Amino acid sequence: MAEREQKRKASTPVREEEVVEEAPPASEQGEKIKAELDDLLDEIDEVLETNAEDFVKAYVQKGGE
Amino acid sequence: MALRKIIGVETEFGIIVRGAGESNPIAASSVLINAYVHELARAGAGPRDNPKVGWDFEDEHPDIDARGFTAEGSLAPEVETHLVNAVLTNGARYYVDHAHPELSTPECADPRSVVVFDKAAELILQRSMRAARELLPDDQEIVVYKNNSDRKGNSYGCHENYLMDRQVPFSRIVTHVMPHFISRQVFTGAGKVGTEVTGLTSDDVPFQLTQRADFFEEEVGLETTLKRPIVNTRDEPHADAQRYRRLHVIVGDANLSEVATFLKVGTTALVLSMIEDEFLPRDLTLATPVAALRRVSHDLSLRQPLDLADGTTMTAVEIQWEYLDRAKKYAEEHGLECIGAPEIGADVLRLWEQVLAGLETDPRSVVRQVDWAAKYRLIDGYRAKHDLRWDDARLAAMDLQYHDLRPERGLAPRVGLERLTTDDEVERAVTEPPRDTRAYFRGVCLQRWAPQIVAANWDSMVFDIGGDPLRRVPMMDPTRGTEAHVGKLMAESSSVAELLDRLGQ
Repeated sequence: MAEREQKRKASTPVREEEVVEEAPPASEQGEKIKAELDDLLDEIDEVLETNAEDFVKAYVQKGGE
Repeated sequence: MALRKIIGVETEFGIIVRGAGESNPIAASSVLINAYVHELARAGAGPRDNPKVGWDFEDEHPDIDARGFTAEGSLAPEVETHLVNAVLTNGARYYVDHAHPELSTPECADPRSVVVFDKAAELILQRSMRAARELLPDDQEIVVYKNNSDRKGNSYGCHENYLMDRQVPFSRIVTHVMPHFISRQVFTGAGKVGTEVTGLTSDDVPFQLTQRADFFEEEVGLETTLKRPIVNTRDEPHADAQRYRRLHVIVGDANLSEVATFLKVGTTALVLSMIEDEFLPRDLTLATPVAALRRVSHDLSLRQPLDLADGTTMTAVEIQWEYLDRAKKYAEEHGLECIGAPEIGADVLRLWEQVLAGLETDPRSVVRQVDWAAKYRLIDGYRAKHDLRWDDARLAAMDLQYHDLRPERGLAPRVGLERLTTDDEVERAVTEPPRDTRAYFRGVCLQRWAPQIVAANWDSMVFDIGGDPLRRVPMMDPTRGTEAHVGKLMAESSSVAELLDRLGQ
């Protein structure tokens, strides 16, 4: 396992540098992700199925393939 | 040398009729497809005057097993010839399969082309829904879902097909492709709330990576509807059987993410090419493949070790790194012509690495590429916001709605998935065939001479030019019949009779 880990890291140095150099501080990034998600959840509220339970129950597919 | 990987994808769509109470899915699927085909005929954009070209079943043998025998009786009535069966001018087949509308893309010569035609298929289904609305009462609507599970024990497929060299022993394919199928779930999974494995609840599996893993019970076999196998042995090449094999893959999910579809077929085509060129020295066979398939799907941490048959352990992501490492070496030594132009092979390697690195660091970093990650972020966010339990019907509803193909209702188009295609090329692919496979010949024939085409199939076209007996044109090589081969000849032919004469038929 140790050998695998090493080999993998050696073969992908670019990826590691990118993560270190380009990522803003974790908390700032976390805040941004959370704000984006909040916006998205507000947006989809309007299109979500209104009667989830009936919708899920009625969604029946016969076999296929 | 590995063969050029000609690839196609067949997707069975979920279908419901809203406002109709209990509805017949076969009738609904027929209405949907007929509505589309007649709309095309009306607009003069389809196979005019002859919208329903028949399918020629002469060479269909779904019961022949790649391991060298024929199933006895069990699969004989596979094809239901009385159902709607249309061949489109883009070379695709659009038909009713059992109780689903199904669309098979035309044969594509590279993974990017598959993505374009897969997205064109979504547009075709969207237009079909709109056309069907005109035919139904105002309070009814046919709605189509691009998913693989109804959450009640029924699963329907999104099958991939890859052209391979007949010389390669099937056992070698099984050995090296099975670990790929099990581990690739980390980026091919479309995500699912809960599980349908007997004895497990949403406490055990609140969310899993794939729609399909719960429904697989065997390692290798011919079935597709019962006791589904990870490696399917259907041996029906739709091509010269002396030279070619068509590997029929039933284990994947239908993807909404373009990157996921691109990687699903791109990495698999590359692994199959490496199998053909004997470039995979290490046997990564899992100790218990069926259990491993589920274990990977049920493991959101992506860190569970899997037992290999050789006594070592690896995680699914580690197995994928192993395949990627080999693929990079393969690219250096053999090039990647087997999967298309150089930039396409380079894109597969680049995105493969990017997605694996992201999954390993934090799956939230791949929400624009990987369907399950996008779906999980959305549903888990909603769950947290409203403080819901994982077995709440609202979360199951969101799961289904992620796959709703109506642009105004589907959730997938709202989560910011990365695009690899342009709107223009997808629009073109609704009616224009790929130029670089035999689908070109099929598609152009349908565009120009539909009234004289009696039947079409993957590997033949049957024409009626009047007077003479029907004329059958075999197309046994999927890499021929391209624009480069027959484009000029077709353009110069003013009639089918002339075309057939010039083809030497």
